Amino acid sequence: MRKRSLAMVYELAKRDRRVVFIGSDLSPGTLPELKRHCPERYFMEGIAEANVIGMAAGMAMEGLLPYVNTIATFITRRCYEQVAIDLCLHDLPVRLIGNGGGYVYAPLGPTHQAIEDIAIMRALPNMTVTAVCDADEIARLMDASLDWPHPIYIRLAKGGDPIISREERGFAIGKAINMIDDERGRSDVLLIATGVATTQALRAAERLAAEGVRCRLLHLHTIKPLDRRALLDAASATDLVVTVEEHSLIGGLGSAVIEALVDEGLGGLPRVKRLGIPDKFANHYGSQSALMAHWGLDTAGIVRAVHDARGGLRS
Amino acid sequence: MKEAMAFTYATDLERVKAQPLDERSRYLRGLIFRAIEKGGRGHIGPALSIVEIIRVLYDDILRQRPAEPKWPGRDRFILSKGHGCLALYAVLADKGYFPAQELDRFCHFDGILGGHPEVIVPGVEACTGALGHGLPVGIGMALAARIQGRDSRIVVLMGDGEINEGSVWEAAACADKHGLGNLTAIIDYNRMQSAGSVYEIQNMEPLADKWTSFGFQVSECNGHDVEELRAALGAAVRQPAKRARLVLCHTVKGKGIPSAENNPSWHHKSDLTEEVRQAIRGASG
Repeated sequence: MRKRSLAMVYELAKRDRRVVFIGSDLSPGTLPELKRHCPERYFMEGIAEANVIGMAAGMAMEGLLPYVNTIATFITRRCYEQVAIDLCLHDLPVRLIGNGGGYVYAPLGPTHQAIEDIAIMRALPNMTVTAVCDADEIARLMDASLDWPHPIYIRLAKGGDPIISREERGFAIGKAINMIDDERGRSDVLLIATGVATTQALRAAERLAAEGVRCRLLHLHTIKPLDRRALLDAASATDLVVTVEEHSLIGGLGSAVIEALVDEGLGGLPRVKRLGIPDKFANHYGSQSALMAHWGLDTAGIVRAVHDARGGLRS
Repeated sequence: MKEAMAFTYATDLERVKAQPLDERSRYLRGLIFRAIEKGGRGHIGPALSIVEIIRVLYDDILRQRPAEPKWPGRDRFILSKGHGCLALYAVLADKGYFPAQELDRFCHFDGILGGHPEVIVPGVEACTGALGHGLPVGIGMALAARIQGRDSRIVVLMGDGEINEGSVWEAAACADKHGLGNLTAIIDYNRMQSAGSVYEIQNMEPLADKWTSFGFQVSECNGHDVEELRAALGAAVRQPAKRARLVLCHTVKGKGIPSAENNPSWHHKSDLTEEVRQAIRGASG
């Protein structure tokens, strides 16, 4: 996903002279084509995120379109005030590409695990927050980012993730995608997911469908602005909503969904179960998939949670 | 004891303290006092130390069109020490960027002039107030000018307390790396930060040596002497260079109100007692 996103920066730079790339001490050989063909728009800066964000803001104030890339924790936590003031207060079209959202850097420990990035980025006025599900979808997001007039946080996954998105379903920033085409009408359970958690949710939906449970799956690649219309339409036609995210249960996708449902005052709210990371730093290493399974964010965990919740509904 | 930690400079600091203010400087301070009286508050000391710096920039150095604040060919000025905004507002009002009557609505609910400057104000390039943001943004503007083939010059004014912030030094290293000859940083060296003397709170000396070692071409001047400022800022901003410049302006916090000078309790006032109002009126007279 990361490789594809950077390849897209080069494509966009060829297409649009406003596009500038700024990395913060990334691996050698990052974006060699851009460096070779457009050296004046290629910046590999030091380990200095506050400066990098301010620099991107100054460029954007002059009409450039900076794509900034480093590890997700560093581009969110480390320079939060710069993101808030320099980018969001000025509402500038800077793109923050965060490597390793969620547990991608599981072996590297909590310093490198972006488990609250969606929450803190979502809290900033003017910020758009995205977490696509695969490499094909990142290409669509990058394409759409060229003309989006606000700052965007782009949460990346690991790379090599299974491709589940489909071009025919379309893509627009802020528009939810229905991932199960043949499911119409009322459902037993509505799964709502973001990022690569959508892949786990899709597998869970297939397993549940095989058991005769009517499932719908809404993929929210854009957590902010939230597609309230699609969410409310789907939530008003189900008995159970289950949100799935590789993120803290505080302030992420599940929180955004509940806020929207409550704000819109749906008559008779469906039961909502949120799956995510508890209010804890990881105390294991291993792999992303192992940590996701540890908190029940894998296919089996989602199926189990749906069973439990539906059991609760019946009793 | 802490004052003794100050490094010696070529500028005569006694002359800085005694520097008389000419009619224009007194007039601009009058605009600041008007906003403070009407707004009932303000960062007084930090504005009064930079009046001459900003006045000279706008009168003599920067290429600007007040009737066309977004003119692409303009030079950019960022007041990184945003809390000194009253001095900027006074100069911008005087230059006609907005009607002087706006000063009467300083910090009012429906005014455009807040306690820290925002881009809603004609002539303000960047929202500042949180410290340590201006130099990185200025670097971005300087690089953009290079990419876009413009000869705009970028000037960033920082406080001597502000440079405690780590982001300033991240930016200083970056400016050197890119050889930004179109960037000038200015430090308002009044030797006082909010809590007291900069030598007590966080000594940054040797200041000129620090900036020199970070790759800046450093000069200094009396920040209240208009002629010295014209020469120092003119040389720094206008002369072609391969490196970023830094002008260390020796100033007096609260300059122009005798009881406020070098008095940390005048850093910010939100309750204008009769005594404070009298001191301001006395200075205005």
